[in-house]
Amino acid sequence: MDVTGLSLTTITLFLPMVGLFILLFMNGETQKSNLKWVAFATSVVTFIASVLMWINFDPSVAELQMVQRNTWAEVTLGESVINVSYFVGVDGISMLLVLLTTFIMPISILCSFGSHIFEERGREKLYYIFLLLLEWSMIGVFVVHDLIIFYVFWEVTLVPMYFLIGIWGSEERIYAAVKFFLYTMAGSILMLIAILYVGNRAGTFSTYSAGGDIGVIERVHSFEGDGTYWDGVGPEGENEDSGFLFNSVESWLFLGFLVAFAIKVPIFPFHSWLPDAHVQAPTAGSVILAGVLLKMGTYGIVRFNLNLFPEATVAWAPTIAFLGVVGIIYGAWVSYAQDNVKKLVAYSSVSHLGFVVLGIFALNAQGLQGATLQMVNHGISTGGLFLIVGMLYERWHTKEMSDYGGIWKAMPLFGAISLVISLSSMGLPGLNGFIGEFTILLGSLGSNYLSFAFTLFGTLGVILAAVYLLKMYQHVFMGELKKPLADEEGYKLTWYEKAAFIPIIIMCFWIGLQPIVFFNLLDVSVDNIAALFLR
Amino acid sequence: MFESPTIGQFLAESNLVATLPGTLLVAWTLLLVLVDLFAGVERKHWTPILTCAGLGLSFAANIFVYSPAEGQQIALYGMFIADAFTGFLNVVILVATLIAVLMSWDYLNRADIHRGEFYILALLSSAGAMFMVGANDLITVFVSLELLSIPLYILAAFRSIKNDGSDLSLKSEESGMKYFILGAFSSAFLVFGAALVYGATGATSIPQIFASAGAIAGSTSTATFYLLVGAALLLVGLGFKVAVVPFHMWTPDVYEGAPTPVTAFMSVTAKVGGFAALLRVFVTGLSVLVLSEGDAAAWQATATLIAILTLILGNFVAISQRNLKRMLAYSSIAHAGYIMVAVAAAGSADVMDAATQGALVYMMAYMFTNLGAFAVVMAIEKEDGSGGNIEDITGLARSRPLMAMAMTIFMLSLTGVPLTAGFVGKLMVFSAALQAGLFGLAVIGVLTSVVSAFYYIRVVVNMYLRDGRGSLEPALDTQYVRWAINIALAGTMIFGIFYPLATNLVSMVSIA
Repeated sequence: MDVTGLSLTTITLFLPMVGLFILLFMNGETQKSNLKWVAFATSVVTFIASVLMWINFDPSVAELQMVQRNTWAEVTLGESVINVSYFVGVDGISMLLVLLTTFIMPISILCSFGSHIFEERGREKLYYIFLLLLEWSMIGVFVVHDLIIFYVFWEVTLVPMYFLIGIWGSEERIYAAVKFFLYTMAGSILMLIAILYVGNRAGTFSTYSAGGDIGVIERVHSFEGDGTYWDGVGPEGENEDSGFLFNSVESWLFLGFLVAFAIKVPIFPFHSWLPDAHVQAPTAGSVILAGVLLKMGTYGIVRFNLNLFPEATVAWAPTIAFLGVVGIIYGAWVSYAQDNVKKLVAYSSVSHLGFVVLGIFALNAQGLQGATLQMVNHGISTGGLFLIVGMLYERWHTKEMSDYGGIWKAMPLFGAISLVISLSSMGLPGLNGFIGEFTILLGSLGSNYLSFAFTLFGTLGVILAAVYLLKMYQHVFMGELKKPLADEEGYKLTWYEKAAFIPIIIMCFWIGLQPIVFFNLLDVSVDNIAALFLR
Repeated sequence: MFESPTIGQFLAESNLVATLPGTLLVAWTLLLVLVDLFAGVERKHWTPILTCAGLGLSFAANIFVYSPAEGQQIALYGMFIADAFTGFLNVVILVATLIAVLMSWDYLNRADIHRGEFYILALLSSAGAMFMVGANDLITVFVSLELLSIPLYILAAFRSIKNDGSDLSLKSEESGMKYFILGAFSSAFLVFGAALVYGATGATSIPQIFASAGAIAGSTSTATFYLLVGAALLLVGLGFKVAVVPFHMWTPDVYEGAPTPVTAFMSVTAKVGGFAALLRVFVTGLSVLVLSEGDAAAWQATATLIAILTLILGNFVAISQRNLKRMLAYSSIAHAGYIMVAVAAAGSADVMDAATQGALVYMMAYMFTNLGAFAVVMAIEKEDGSGGNIEDITGLARSRPLMAMAMTIFMLSLTGVPLTAGFVGKLMVFSAALQAGLFGLAVIGVLTSVVSAFYYIRVVVNMYLRDGRGSLEPALDTQYVRWAINIALAGTMIFGIFYPLATNLVSMVSIA
């Protein structure tokens, strides 16, 4: 059955497309100065639409909201007909991540307003087209609940990001762009196999049940113990003792999905594409990459791995959480050793997302809540850090920390803003980062599946974060001004730079001081998932 | 007493109407020979125009014959079958020919090799392909295969001598000769295989082979042996035509040497014809070739092995190619591998139709995308055939943004990125493979497509990411070439974005 009628979700999803088409028909030369405004206006309107969604959203409802479902294609396979449907809707987790996406987007467009990259490389029109295409596909990933269409959006995000890095990036951009494309594609293509297998087994591609049709999640849970090697046990109890991890269909499917997501997150040891991509990408690209794109991975784990394969999740939880903790420590360690500011922030992402992974695989409500909020926090703080690095680079044209020093003296406002964002990233109480990390650590402490050591080493990461971020702050902003700019005007922040920072600072404090607003949004949705793992 | 039937009786009994798309095209071509012969030099441009008209006519006939959903019609006393499968692939072949003709006009004129025979041969070849997709008898397979191939041998050598009699390209001559010798060689395998199958089953008609092959496979007589050897030889013969490993050796040289429009044309029509015959013979005819109860068809394991080898070799060797035409040649081998995945999947009885539909959609996607890619390569190629290396495309994004965008979309489609036709094809093919339980094959398929991303993306890197000096002026950027690119682009995009369109078109296809 179809739930038709235009839903607010659809409108939000396709608003960037409207802007994209307007841009497509504008002349890139004669209307050059208008391009950015069209892109910016589109992203602001999309943000407003998503805020409307938030207002309409009822956090006490467990089901998806603002749902639209139309049958898109019917695939006849043997005797069965499998529907691929356009199925959008949001629960608390999706809602929060859509808001994050639409929030980051105007900021990253603002920060490209006066960028030097267009002087060298030009093609402003193409740039904004790719940004809007990226926004469309990222929102799509978060709101779509059909496996095939999800995969479509998931893969499409690669293309604009590839071009953003490849055309407007720094010196090593081609290597970074190709590595990014191939690495992430290699992971996600295995997910395609898993998706096709699950869809064929379940007879549908819709993840949730809607309008009388049973969704994949419900169907898949009924496969437990039906003697089809789903949980490793064949007909008549055959194969029972040979272990779950490598003999069950469920476990292999879990891994098929996980590899795709792990590369995107990235979970240690799949992170090697990230420093290259981050360092070479233009500022807006880094902000989006850190702000939203990486969250697609952790979102995917929560949405698909946990929901579809609970038994495999439990079996693999300690292993993946261990990798998460290794990521926390390793990311922090490598971060500390960097002299390149952008690389430092990039590795800090590995560390921060390790927390998110730890929170997810704590497999309880607290851990999941913390993890989801931490996704948002990381998007805001690390997005902010990349903005800072970008603005420094615009002025001094270097990314080496040793070239900087004493920026605070020249730019006191910029120094203060940077301090707030750095503190939020290292998890100072009162700012957003603390809330996320603290809840995650509480979750992992109370987890039925993880031992105390996970929490212990996780906590170590919080301290290490302070170490590398303060080191960066000290080198860049403290001391004597090493390289004065030739033009005093350069010390002033432009209006669009200020405008980009204001929302970030507001969010840092809002989430830090009143987290209940956001936790409320998540409560019911997270409890739904956590209920699968109650012991 | 033998009585010759009247024309009316003949038409009714042979059901000639069902073969109309193909027969009309042949008749039109024969007329065109005369028109081209008697038209004055200043009217030579009528030949391509009339060629397109002939294609349109055949297309209209195709709509007329296939639009009533009557299931299937048998024609020519059982030699020919007109069903949704035939109708769909006819359209694929016609569109491919149209794009190839659009590409040819300026190309031939520039190299001073414009002769009316070019179009006539192309039309004959597509007529051959159209008969081949409707072949219901091994004799029809063989005859239409020759009708498809012989014009292609000549077309491949079309660049060897200019109109004024001077030598132009030795490579083209080599290409035609190589193609001819290996083509003749493979035809011999095909005929020998058909003879053995006839010996074993007593029939050349595919439905009759189907009827008797099951019993023969079940027994352990000498007939079983002959049937198996016959099937193997048929696979070799058709394998040469579609260029799957290990029968692919001729492809890169032939593709590189032949005139680019011909390369584009044969990379599609020969494969479509070959795979259609493979599906008809093996899936319809020999699906009952099951050696022990409950197994998949006996040839499934062989087809799987061929698919794996083709995927790996095609994709890995393509990486090291500098010449774009050679790269596309190896990539076309790789794509034959993906279609072979569907053929292998069709060996399991319950996924036969799903796999066939997948193969059909894949062929359509491949047709649009590959022709488009070849059209762009042709546009940047210089008159002497140089300038088609991967570095030569650098900077196209600055001088011709639209053409570069089209090429990007073709490359993404060949890789199988969503929102392009190539993705839809891959989705259906892999889905069929999984249903047939061929997990290893599906995994190798997707992993090799990551490998393919490496060399396709390199083209995009050169167009967009290397700082072009804006100096690349496509040598052959004319109106007709642009039309060819636009049609290919539209097909790639429309069938990619509107995914159900493709699945609906083939939903009627049933091959059993």
